[in-house]
Amino acid sequence: MLGRLGIGFVGVAALVALPLVAATASEDGKPRKPTEQEWSFDGIFGKFDRAELQRGFNVFNRVCASCHSLEFLAYRHLIGIGLSAEEIKAIAAENDVVDGPDEFGDSFERPARPSDPYFQPFDNEQQARAANGGAFPPDLTLITKIRSGPDYVYALLTGYGEELPESLEPSPGTEYNPYFKSWTIAMPEPLFDDAVEYADGTAATAEQMSRDVSAFLAWAAEPELERRKQTGFVVVIFLIILAGLLYASKRKMWADLH
Amino acid sequence: MSANSIETGAGGGLVKWIDSRLPIFSYMQKEYGEYPAPRNFNYWWNFGALAMFLLVTMIVTGLWLAMQYTPHVDLAFASVQRIMRDVNSGWFIRLVHVNGASFFFIVVYIHLFRGMYYGSFKAPRELLWMLGVVILLLMMATSFMGYVLPWGQLSFWGATVITNLFSAIPLVGDAVVTWLWGGFTVANPTLNRFYALHFLLPFLIVGVVGLHVVALHVTGSNNPLGIEPKSKQDTVPFHPYYTIKDSFGLGVFLVIFAIVVFFAPDFFSEPENYERADFLKTPEEIVPEWYFLPFFAILRAVPAIWFIEAKLAGVIAMFASIFVLFVLPWLDTAKVRSGKFRPIFRWFFWIFIANVLVLGYVGGKPPNETVFEGIESFDFLALGRITTAWYFIHFLVVLPLLGRFERPLPLPESISAAVLGTQKGGGPVGSGAAAKPMEKA
Repeated sequence: MLGRLGIGFVGVAALVALPLVAATASEDGKPRKPTEQEWSFDGIFGKFDRAELQRGFNVFNRVCASCHSLEFLAYRHLIGIGLSAEEIKAIAAENDVVDGPDEFGDSFERPARPSDPYFQPFDNEQQARAANGGAFPPDLTLITKIRSGPDYVYALLTGYGEELPESLEPSPGTEYNPYFKSWTIAMPEPLFDDAVEYADGTAATAEQMSRDVSAFLAWAAEPELERRKQTGFVVVIFLIILAGLLYASKRKMWADLH
Repeated sequence: MSANSIETGAGGGLVKWIDSRLPIFSYMQKEYGEYPAPRNFNYWWNFGALAMFLLVTMIVTGLWLAMQYTPHVDLAFASVQRIMRDVNSGWFIRLVHVNGASFFFIVVYIHLFRGMYYGSFKAPRELLWMLGVVILLLMMATSFMGYVLPWGQLSFWGATVITNLFSAIPLVGDAVVTWLWGGFTVANPTLNRFYALHFLLPFLIVGVVGLHVVALHVTGSNNPLGIEPKSKQDTVPFHPYYTIKDSFGLGVFLVIFAIVVFFAPDFFSEPENYERADFLKTPEEIVPEWYFLPFFAILRAVPAIWFIEAKLAGVIAMFASIFVLFVLPWLDTAKVRSGKFRPIFRWFFWIFIANVLVLGYVGGKPPNETVFEGIESFDFLALGRITTAWYFIHFLVVLPLLGRFERPLPLPESISAAVLGTQKGGGPVGSGAAAKPMEKA
């Protein structure tokens, strides 16, 4: 039965096949594996690099956000990347949101507040597709969770520019990217040198921006990561000591039985 | 609290007043204070207490999650993210619950295999064992429904595939599936009823665990030697000897649990479930949670047999693989309980464990992928069929035959004699494993 279901699934998958997928191809049938990168938040003592996150947010806000949403992020969450309340207020106020009803029952527009969800470029999927030649730019809040870490995002962003292999047919409106699951991606290369200006004076190369925005997205997916690791360290040390004490007590209590 | 303190200890007046009307204190005293436990438990006997700890942990964390979770197809996924981001310590509570489920299965599987090795299911403990299998079934139902609640891609498609299995039932199958779903697809009514049942079932588990413990305290605990305690020397009071030993075991367990929760919280989970359920987008592979993988492999392994189509045959085999555990006490006919004294059984036991692990590995692989590079014809389906066959052969052929033909080693005279190395009266302690002093347990 699962065989049948499996075939059914493949069939459905092929029919529904992501609109981003314009051509399918096969070398070994799998996209290229992202190379492992080093991140400040790796490991037991990993911490976010606030400056990196802020640069990454800058990139997202200026470039990515014109097509991609961050559904589960509110402006107030940006306190986590080290922005001050004032800065967050100013960033929020750059966009208007619809509020209401007012005392006449009408909706009205007002500047966004820190408590509002982060700006969404499109009202719905249809609008997003209409604006992107049929492709749907996915929400990126959890992208580094779905793709098992920020390496994928970094690899994808820096993976443009290779020659299309002969085995693949060129398809209009897409570019070749070996890290994308169908190799051809509807998103054109998004980052070019100096696309944004960094407040901290870091040179805004495409590579640097790719790295920064990947780190930012890792934070957006798991804002609790730093707290989790710090708490975990203390908890584990505590538990090891506790287990040791319990072992000593057990030895003592059992001593008369042996 | 000793027996005396119920009558005379501090606050004794009130305790005595209550106890003479509702004997909860003397009950606790009898069942958890004085309860005579064999003195030779090894550390494999810690896993019952660990399972109890996890059951309570799951219920407590689950209750707090339920206060923040919204069982609606449009809101469930976002409400889980809200728990991770905005609820105070929500990430901690959720990660304990999510990983707690995996650890619950690890602990219970070890508990079950321990029972198999040491013959804890044999007379007079058959009902104790069967209640344990009921708990396992309830746990499976509970965790399956719990996995649907976050409404990720695998939540949705896993629910679709598994509930679809019931359509294999002849004649009424499709009607049953529609009834389970509350509609014609997995949708909001399905999510709602799974949430209600996911909340209810743990309390049923508590009830059956209660019966499990009552049955245990009637027959008394088995032990690594598999012989009954004969004198007071063979047992120790549960408290403080095993309360402290269980506490130490819990301490070690918590260290491992905490490492996963805090440093590798996604260790057991499929990344794809961080994508919101989309009924138009089928995942390339639909894999159940790891603890179902051996059963998933059995489900896929069985071909059509005579007039039974493959789907139904697979479902029957999968359920049979659990129900065979119910009759284990009558399949394993050996009089000697403990694997320590069963030289041939011991081999077959470890082969069985290895076989289950391979089944689990097969369950996580696409059936048509080859197992070894270069051997095209041997795919995971073939390996799944062999291991599935062995799973049943072990229970239905090996165990009954061993019971008839295996010659067990001589048993020690008593637990205390084996533990303390003193032998009252003649007779050898036995050879092989039995002659070794018990590990300091």
